[in-house]
Amino acid sequence: MNPFTYSRTNDAQQAVAEISAKPHGKFLGGGTNLIDLMKMGVETPTQLIDINKLPLAEVEDLSGGKGVRVGALARNADVAEHKLIKQRYPVLSQALLSGASPQLRNMATVGGNLLQRTRCYYFYDPAFPACNKRKPGSGCGAIEGFNRIHAILGQSDDCIATHPSDMCVALAALDAIVRVRGPNGEREIPMTDFHRLPGDTPDRDTNLKPDELIIAVDLPAMPFATRSHYLKVRDRASYAFALVSVAAAIDLGSNKKINAARLALGGVAHKPWRANAAEKKLIGQEANEKTFRAAAEAELAPAKGYKYNSFKIELAKRAIIRALSTVAEMN
Amino acid sequence: MGGESDVPFDSEADESSELSILGYPKTRRKFIKQVAGTSAAIAIGPNLLSAASLDQAEASSAAGPGTASVKVNLKINGKDYALDVDPRVTLLDALRERLHLTGSKKGCDHGQCGACTVLVNGRRINSCLSLAVTHEGDEITTIEGLANGEELHPLQSAFIEHDGFQCGYCTPGQICSAVACVKEGHANSDDEIREWMSGNICRCGAYPNILAAIKEVKTKAGV
Repeated sequence: MNPFTYSRTNDAQQAVAEISAKPHGKFLGGGTNLIDLMKMGVETPTQLIDINKLPLAEVEDLSGGKGVRVGALARNADVAEHKLIKQRYPVLSQALLSGASPQLRNMATVGGNLLQRTRCYYFYDPAFPACNKRKPGSGCGAIEGFNRIHAILGQSDDCIATHPSDMCVALAALDAIVRVRGPNGEREIPMTDFHRLPGDTPDRDTNLKPDELIIAVDLPAMPFATRSHYLKVRDRASYAFALVSVAAAIDLGSNKKINAARLALGGVAHKPWRANAAEKKLIGQEANEKTFRAAAEAELAPAKGYKYNSFKIELAKRAIIRALSTVAEMN
Repeated sequence: MGGESDVPFDSEADESSELSILGYPKTRRKFIKQVAGTSAAIAIGPNLLSAASLDQAEASSAAGPGTASVKVNLKINGKDYALDVDPRVTLLDALRERLHLTGSKKGCDHGQCGACTVLVNGRRINSCLSLAVTHEGDEITTIEGLANGEELHPLQSAFIEHDGFQCGYCTPGQICSAVACVKEGHANSDDEIREWMSGNICRCGAYPNILAAIKEVKTKAGV
């Protein structure tokens, strides 16, 4: 691990001031991804600013029925078990519980989960020379390499990495808002704009600026999100990253017509993939397998597979159908 | 215990007698370090062989140029420790290399195997992915702190009773994780135990026996 200086702060403004003065600094939350990447030599910050003592770990009911605010330092385990989350946004609780292990969920923060980096093998191991995300301009080892876990949607000729988070897929479906603080105050970033597609700058995962601190994630009120579900398909029954995952919520009318739908996919793209095309196909239709299949086909129409990951295209379609069927059958 | 209080490495005698059976009158850790780089090391396997990382940890715990050491106060197994550590030192390395509490094991060192699991303020975490300096004021319980004097923790007894291990390397992490699993209320069925113990890998495959041990403790505790 490269040498770094370490500081602690219990004040968010102070944290932002410190990071502004240290362009090669990083905030340290749970550390489950950052420390790992530092051990691998992928991340080499010269300063770590420990933000674990900032008072940002609460989950609170926003007044006026505006939804729920989840503090950036709330631990994944605590958010998953929180009464408000389980009652109003079960898809988020399920997504969190499907990720990592109990130990890691006790450590990992919401803000850190948003900033998780890809588990692309070529990114994670500096022994591979080519990775545009790790070293811009060096090429992509995955496109012609072993790409079983890689993207089928929104990828570029420079990068086919996937975003590894489960939590973020649920947040994308729930229209979450990321609240960040920079030197000039706070701003809000819609979850669907928070992460980026790779384009020709895959080294940038998100639209967060280097001197900004994530302070909270707001979940807008969405009464029909009580009818929501997270389906994760992976190589093992537990403790594995998603090959494909689906976060789904539908607002079902009494006549079985779909009034509204929220659908997002994980494991398929450089960012949590909000399935806009599928949602359009669902609105106003009767909730049945035919409708769900049409939605899945529409979403995956532009998908492109590589040597080892083409199976994800059909897998994603089937996962969408199953997730939607599950929410349609809920009481 | 307060102040700069690295405890002496006092388990040498026991380990010597263990290894003298093999004709190596050395401690297990010294023995492993000695064979690093030989064919024996390759046979042991890179994940279990921690000699290289031991050296790295020892090197990095000496404050070098540009790495100002940081003071941190930890309460470990009920005792207070004031340490001065390189900020790169993980909680696991501080426990093992500075305090010689070698019960917590370094398996993968990447948060994937759970061998390093300890309890921090009652919650289980992977100590290999947590920097020691971030634990100012925290109460840490390792496998060494579970027993009440000579009386084993119920999960320690149950692991022995049910033969919940073969090589034993993952066992301290398994037991610490199991203590939390039962306390959290996540031990209500076989499937629930399997899911909530999935962060602890056992390469010997003692899972059925680990499951039986946890079930027994859960049933006896009646929680």
